[in-house]
Amino acid sequence: MPKDQEASQAEFLSEETIRSNRERLLGLREILLADVVMAAEIPAPTGNEKLCTRFLSDRFRESGLNDIATDQAGNIAGVIPGSEGRRNLLVAAHVDKIWPESEDHTVSVEVGRMSGRGIADNSLGVATLAALPLILERLGICLQSNLILLGTTRSFGRGDLGGMRFFLENTERAIAAALCIEGMNIGRLSFSSLGMSRGECLVEWDGQPSRTDLASSGAIRVIERFSDGLQKLAEAHAGEAEILQGSVRAGSDYGVPPRSGRLRFEVRSERPKRVAEVEAEIAELAAELGREFEGVEVVVETIARRNRGDLGASHPLVGAARRAMLALGVEPKVAPSISELAALLGHDIPALTLGITRGGDRHTPTETIELDPIFDGLAQLVAVLQFMDASGSEYGEGEST
Amino acid sequence: MPDVEQRIGRWLESNTYHHSEFWDVRELVRAKEEAGLTISLCIPSLNEESTIGKEVIMFKSELMDRYPLLDEIAVIDSGSTDNTVAIAQSFGADTYFSGDILPDHGFQAGKGENLWKAIYQLRGDIICYVDADIKNIHPKFVTGLVAPLLYREEIQYVKAFYDRPIAVSGDIRPSGGGRVTEILVRPLFSLFFPELTAMMQPLSGEYAARRTVLEELSFPIGYGVETSHLIDLYQKRGLEAFAQTDLDRRVHRNQTTIDLGKMSFGILQTFLDRLEANEIVTGFPEFCGIFRQLQAEGRRYELLNREIRAEERPPMISLPAYRERHGRQEKS
Repeated sequence: MPKDQEASQAEFLSEETIRSNRERLLGLREILLADVVMAAEIPAPTGNEKLCTRFLSDRFRESGLNDIATDQAGNIAGVIPGSEGRRNLLVAAHVDKIWPESEDHTVSVEVGRMSGRGIADNSLGVATLAALPLILERLGICLQSNLILLGTTRSFGRGDLGGMRFFLENTERAIAAALCIEGMNIGRLSFSSLGMSRGECLVEWDGQPSRTDLASSGAIRVIERFSDGLQKLAEAHAGEAEILQGSVRAGSDYGVPPRSGRLRFEVRSERPKRVAEVEAEIAELAAELGREFEGVEVVVETIARRNRGDLGASHPLVGAARRAMLALGVEPKVAPSISELAALLGHDIPALTLGITRGGDRHTPTETIELDPIFDGLAQLVAVLQFMDASGSEYGEGEST
Repeated sequence: MPDVEQRIGRWLESNTYHHSEFWDVRELVRAKEEAGLTISLCIPSLNEESTIGKEVIMFKSELMDRYPLLDEIAVIDSGSTDNTVAIAQSFGADTYFSGDILPDHGFQAGKGENLWKAIYQLRGDIICYVDADIKNIHPKFVTGLVAPLLYREEIQYVKAFYDRPIAVSGDIRPSGGGRVTEILVRPLFSLFFPELTAMMQPLSGEYAARRTVLEELSFPIGYGVETSHLIDLYQKRGLEAFAQTDLDRRVHRNQTTIDLGKMSFGILQTFLDRLEANEIVTGFPEFCGIFRQLQAEGRRYELLNREIRAEERPPMISLPAYRERHGRQEKS
């Protein structure tokens, strides 16, 4: 690495620089917080994120970004051109939320915190993306690389990272490095993605009471057996794979055994190929239950899949993020990801996921973020971005097109 | 009557707007600067800690920091006992206790008092009032109201109207709200000031007006302030002085029927006072100001008496302290 490059990277990560940036960013407080409120109050369920991408598009336009465009997957992108423009860096935030449009998306603001559906996941991430051009302008930072800001769609559930996958498969710009932004928690340092498979077990019973237990509980009995089977598999693979059971649904009455039911689950593992092995065992469990219960069909459907990826703890980008956090007194917490990072690592793009602030009650109606740590999160983000910009070809020189 | 209907029809055509017509805030800022005007936002408050922070953040960010449409944002508080004032301050609003403004004139607890004192305290040529209890706050609550004043010199006073869902236990009902308008105010306007029936929501708490108009209006301290403004300004300058803007939705707390009864009583007091003052109907007896409601608990019935005072603040222009502070002269 050339000495001047090394020196500038050290400067970006120095405690003095990062803390000074943090103080200067306080001047953007209301602008950022207003964007958080606006982003949070726009319903954006997976697959119907149009209003939220429109919000980002308007913000990108107001900030004078180049090449603002919505692609076929509904992603919204804009570019801050670099002074040299030989490389492309990417900062991405998923815009979809787990909440349907019909839920109340009103945000409450108190001294030092805000709460509301999706405020952390990922309205704060969206607001940060919207404010990033102003943040760089306020700090007088002009990157050498082009900076692509990307709001991605279809992150959750059946969306299966559809937005990010589409972008990576179709973009004409080679991405040299990327950051994914999540609202919480600051200190999060994700540089690897778990192998993951997300599935649904669907049980259909023909309603003929061939067994006493079916006559009294219908599909619930089969779902229960499937759940027990998953639990046994989880114990058998303990330490090498996790099996999480996330939701179960069957029936709608008090006295009518349900004809159908559904159990959603997720398999995660840090070991290569282990997810596929567990998946095969789950398929066999379903087949066994189908044979055991006459008149019952048990089908397992894979909804989403992630391949395992790992940037490596010794990667310079990981080291830079650690240093930025420590400079702010934030303890890094390494946590593998199953979100957009997986798609980026799957394309061999050096990438991290960072959190912006502290928060709580994730995925509940009172999801909360703390306001003061946001500025630590932003200062950290800027430092890592500058480090990425000053890095040369040591982790991939993408050609700009 | 056909003349009234034609005038209302023409007015609705020319003076009723939708906020989306004023989406370009940059253009509003340009118009404001070209006209050499300043704009103040007043948020009257009393125990509104759950909504005040969001209002201040939104207006300060979008209409001061990002686009300099507003020259000041002030929360004028009637003595909140919750964190309303601290929250408003923490997000950058100027905050005032109403009792500290014009202390020689005393302090009356009531929204009208805060609105009246804002004319003294604030500096803007245009003052925009926005209630503090709005859950779905958005810059349109200001831009939609000040824009007609920026673009049309002859317009003096702009009211908001909405499709008003009411938040009930976290749910949103598709209709409701404006009950006092439909049951009390619209029938009274139809009888005595038919042109004012053109106002979609005469009681809405959001409006913007020129200082030159506000300083000439009396301010009932309680519920009647919106009604009195409409009647008094209409009597002086006619329907053409008004405009109204559709702000789509306003999500706010529901009010109980008991509270709406109190509101109706206050409005009726003001209304009858205006009828007499304008010699439209004369010879009313002196009103006692006691509103009586019944409360039942099992088979026990209780009469609840509430005094609802019809006190009014005089036109601000009549106060020497105001004229001195703002360099204004009373019209002869």
